[in-house]
Amino acid sequence: MSSQDIPEENLPSEQGTAHGAVSVADEKHPFADPGLPPHEHRIQDIDERAARRSERAVALLFTLSMLATVGFIVSYVAIPHDKDIFVFPIGHLSALNFALGLTLGVALFCIGAGAVHWARTLMSDVEVADDRHAIAAPEDVRAKVHADFKQGAKESALGRRKLIRNTMFGALALVPLSGVMLLRDLGPLPGDKLRHTMWAKGKRLVNMNTNLPLRPSDVAVGSLTFAKPDGLEETDEDFQTQIAKAALMIVRLQPDNIKDKRELDWSHEGIVAFSKICTHVGCPISLYEQQTHHVLCPCHQSTFDLSDGARVIFGPAGHALPQLHIGVDDEGYLQALGDFEEPVGPAFWERG
Amino acid sequence: MSTSATNESRSRGKAPAGERVADWADGRLGIYSLAKANMRKIFPDHWSFMLGEVCMYSFIIIILTGVYLTLFFHPSMNEVQYHGSYVPLQGQMMSEAFSSTLHISFDVRGGLLIRQIHHWAALIFIAGMFVHMMRVFFTGAFRKPREVNWLFGFLLLVLGMFTGFTGYSLPDDLLSGTGVRFMEGAVLSVPIVGTYLSFFLFGGEFPGGDFVARFYSIHILLLPGIMLGLMVAHLILVFYHKHTQFAGPGKTNNNVVGMPLLPVYMAKAGGFFFLVFGVIAVIAAIAQINPIWAMGPYRPDQVSTGAQPDWYMGFSEGLIRFMPGWEINLWGHTLVLGVFIPLVIFPLVLVAIAVYPFIESWVTGDTREHHILDRPRNAPTRTAFGVAWMTVYFTLLIGGGNDLWATHFNLSINAVTWFVRIFVFVGPVLTFLATKRICLGLQRRDKDKVLHGRETGIIKRLPHGEFIEVHEPLSQEQLHTLTAHEQYTPAEIGPAVDENGVERKVKGAEKLRAKLSRAYFDEDSQIPKPTVEEYKEITSGHGHH
Amino acid sequence: MKKLSARRRHPLAAVVVLLLALAATGGLYAAFAPASKAQADETSQSLSIEEGKKLYEVGCASCHGSGGQGSSDGPSLVGVGSAAVDFQVGTGRMPAATSQGAQVPRKKAIYSQAEIDQLAAYIASLGAGPAKPTSEQYSKDGADIAKGGELFRTNCAQCHNFTGKGGALTKGKYAPTLEGVAPKHIYEAMLTGPQNMPSFPDTTLSEQNKKDIIAYLHAIDSGESTNPGGLELGGLGPVTEGLFAWIFGLGALIAVAVWVAARTAKAKKS
Repeated sequence: MSSQDIPEENLPSEQGTAHGAVSVADEKHPFADPGLPPHEHRIQDIDERAARRSERAVALLFTLSMLATVGFIVSYVAIPHDKDIFVFPIGHLSALNFALGLTLGVALFCIGAGAVHWARTLMSDVEVADDRHAIAAPEDVRAKVHADFKQGAKESALGRRKLIRNTMFGALALVPLSGVMLLRDLGPLPGDKLRHTMWAKGKRLVNMNTNLPLRPSDVAVGSLTFAKPDGLEETDEDFQTQIAKAALMIVRLQPDNIKDKRELDWSHEGIVAFSKICTHVGCPISLYEQQTHHVLCPCHQSTFDLSDGARVIFGPAGHALPQLHIGVDDEGYLQALGDFEEPVGPAFWERG
Repeated sequence: MSTSATNESRSRGKAPAGERVADWADGRLGIYSLAKANMRKIFPDHWSFMLGEVCMYSFIIIILTGVYLTLFFHPSMNEVQYHGSYVPLQGQMMSEAFSSTLHISFDVRGGLLIRQIHHWAALIFIAGMFVHMMRVFFTGAFRKPREVNWLFGFLLLVLGMFTGFTGYSLPDDLLSGTGVRFMEGAVLSVPIVGTYLSFFLFGGEFPGGDFVARFYSIHILLLPGIMLGLMVAHLILVFYHKHTQFAGPGKTNNNVVGMPLLPVYMAKAGGFFFLVFGVIAVIAAIAQINPIWAMGPYRPDQVSTGAQPDWYMGFSEGLIRFMPGWEINLWGHTLVLGVFIPLVIFPLVLVAIAVYPFIESWVTGDTREHHILDRPRNAPTRTAFGVAWMTVYFTLLIGGGNDLWATHFNLSINAVTWFVRIFVFVGPVLTFLATKRICLGLQRRDKDKVLHGRETGIIKRLPHGEFIEVHEPLSQEQLHTLTAHEQYTPAEIGPAVDENGVERKVKGAEKLRAKLSRAYFDEDSQIPKPTVEEYKEITSGHGHH
Repeated sequence: MKKLSARRRHPLAAVVVLLLALAATGGLYAAFAPASKAQADETSQSLSIEEGKKLYEVGCASCHGSGGQGSSDGPSLVGVGSAAVDFQVGTGRMPAATSQGAQVPRKKAIYSQAEIDQLAAYIASLGAGPAKPTSEQYSKDGADIAKGGELFRTNCAQCHNFTGKGGALTKGKYAPTLEGVAPKHIYEAMLTGPQNMPSFPDTTLSEQNKKDIIAYLHAIDSGESTNPGGLELGGLGPVTEGLFAWIFGLGALIAVAVWVAARTAKAKKS
């Protein structure tokens, strides 16, 4: 880095050849490298007034940053955290967030802008060339390392004493198994948990909205209702896990419109109940189009035909939505006539 | 010993305080040898060399803001009733994770700002890594000796994606919960062990009460810890290798031309950190991100349309959305191809770009160090491969937002999905061919420029009435820059018989390599550089053709 | 002009041309696009009939039949009730253009409220159906916003998005945005289930439930609602956030990087 010694006021022509490689043309490189172009002065290098202007600009930026930080502290103390303001064109937003963000942003940006402006206009802009050295070690170093390693390996007797080597590898290979074993209690074994939901014979269908059991007369043609099993409350400890399997979607079709025989058998006066959990990866599927009887998943667009056994007509789902066999109990409320006959939600290896 | 001791005491007595502190540190840490090598380290100036800094600084910003957020966030899935200051959720049941995120957003002064800076910085961090990787790819900066650093960078991208995923899942809001449910479905699709993996991951059935706490330690400790290590290693290698540079006068494979670290890059790079932080803070002041209060707490039976992951996971969303619903049921078992295939392709898409440097170095058989960057046009096959890969990536990204494309451009969602299904295969082929042609066209233009000079836009009328455009010959600097790139000749298989006349067995790999080498470097894939003879002939003649 | 031709070869020239071309395309699109809207306004002026039946015979009978019994071009209106009429005509969906796409879009209503009331009374006389709600029913008074939010996420967000911005359905159909829709019309839509939207009758979504939902929507998706963090970015979730991060976030940072790395201007050689 001889370039450090070159005074800045050196003649441009000298600098051009002082460093940077100059090559001659050859077959591969038909046009010779003329070397680094001569350094040209910036206005700040030759005009002290311009340099002063730069200095003042940098100082101004740093001062702005200080003011912005004061602004940040003032905003933090003065603005209530629930105050809204209207800022065109953003709209209504939290005054505190807006003020803190802007002041912090300006405070940081001005430090950066000041430093960069300083570097660009007042620090030396003479380009310097630095030599590279090969990454690979020279041959003598390489030979020395290889020799050292061989000697070390020999002194360890690892190659000769096979018994030590083999048992050591064995021990090292086995010891991580303890760590793997410790992971066992991350969760219980699946068992048949994925096959069962809270639904059972006699469980009433309870309207998600009103928390009241549903009667057939409540469900109109073209309407959409969501239901949960009787006895499941939002405050229950396992509510999330239970509703993740038991969520139900209820629609009423004209019985003539139902194409699938089993669907008709499991319906009550045209009221059909399907699992709300998509068979693809488990999104709550419920974009029901009442004229086409199609239901679309908002996550990956699997489309099911509710008038035809909820079979898949588009998208990545692999099988139909499970249907719940429903009927009416003695008091005239809709009830389940059993659990789902197949696992709800995404498919898995043991599903079969 | 005694002389060195007196030396030390003498210098201590006279030197200014700063020097004395430095001497103290050097005696214990040996900082002077480190400083000798690095204090005046040269960095070349080019805006695209700062993309990596964008990533590093946003990562630091994420760590700073993330530590702040941990002071208030409760990684717990216990159900609580909300009584904070956001009215439209008061009285609702939600997990502690969600309610503490609401607390950060509405009741901690500046909490919302820090949350938004954290999230915006995360999006920008990964976008920055992506663009940085593309810069390195298209300029060939991954070549020897930088292959290992390329892999470090690639790992940082992948880990960044998963850190992001585990991070935005923490608030346990309706949108992120839907994403976690998707993850459960994907894990369940794994043959044989999927169900077990899912139960171990969630501590039982989905959603259970464990995943937020588990994701939390992964998000704030495990992944960022690894990333921090990788980032330091990445940086050390950048210093060790010294930065690459574009060809130009005075810039060779054996030097690096630019400005010294102290003071210019100290100020520029240090200043750039504040600039990045400032820009992100302003964005967080004016643009809302992940309004979990509007999405509501997670419930497995609720969902919102437009359920997408953050952008960096978008291509996996596209993969899963364009798959047909294939499912095989055999011998009492289910193979969920509709989910499992995307799960397998997901890493393959990423690996495809990661292994490319090794394929290229095998094809070229080049073992030299490369410190001069390629212009993308001068490596047409590489550039075309990169563009084809980006075509796949961005097509999948479009597929991941197919519903929004449908609603905002009045299209059918089914049509958009079908477009993605077809274009993800056809698109890369088309863009590969087009890019290669464009590169060759640009190479031809460079050659023309070298031989005939620059078109000046000045029209001259010759005495006999003909109009010509005046061409201005290039300077020696420009001539050198335009012809500095290397051109390989295709590798040959070598003679089919050895020196004894015995037929030699040519391995399949060798044949493949020769074939690839021809595809890379034969006359259809690179325009021969102008020679001195050509140049002399034209310039000595009539000037313009 | 000479200056211009000299700059034609400037490295940024291509960018400038591209920007100009984009601006020109956008301008042309803007100039031509609103034409169809203007036409709809014109037809509105030509209609000035007062009585419901007369209005019906002129404006609706060609598709829905002379007595509301329906035809191949439009469904029967017997028993749809005054709420459906008020919604369909009040949101400008009816009368619909003869050649419609996947779904009839919302547009400027062409009947006055008085005319709509006359039409509604006529249709209601054909058969009993859900009646137009009173302003008491959809007012915010006595509504539970938080409960409304939960109901909205259970029943509505899957199609209309978490802040009511709308979303895609199959084959080009869509759930429209709820922004700027009058509370009355939201109530009527829930009650009657227009087009492919399922209905949410009082038996499954009580009057109080509907009130709660309307109050929640008003709180989060109206001109007065606040987005504490700033720009809502369409309220569409991570897709627009990602676009914003790329274009404005990374875009701004690259612009800054260009400035940081650029050569400082050199003093002019004299």
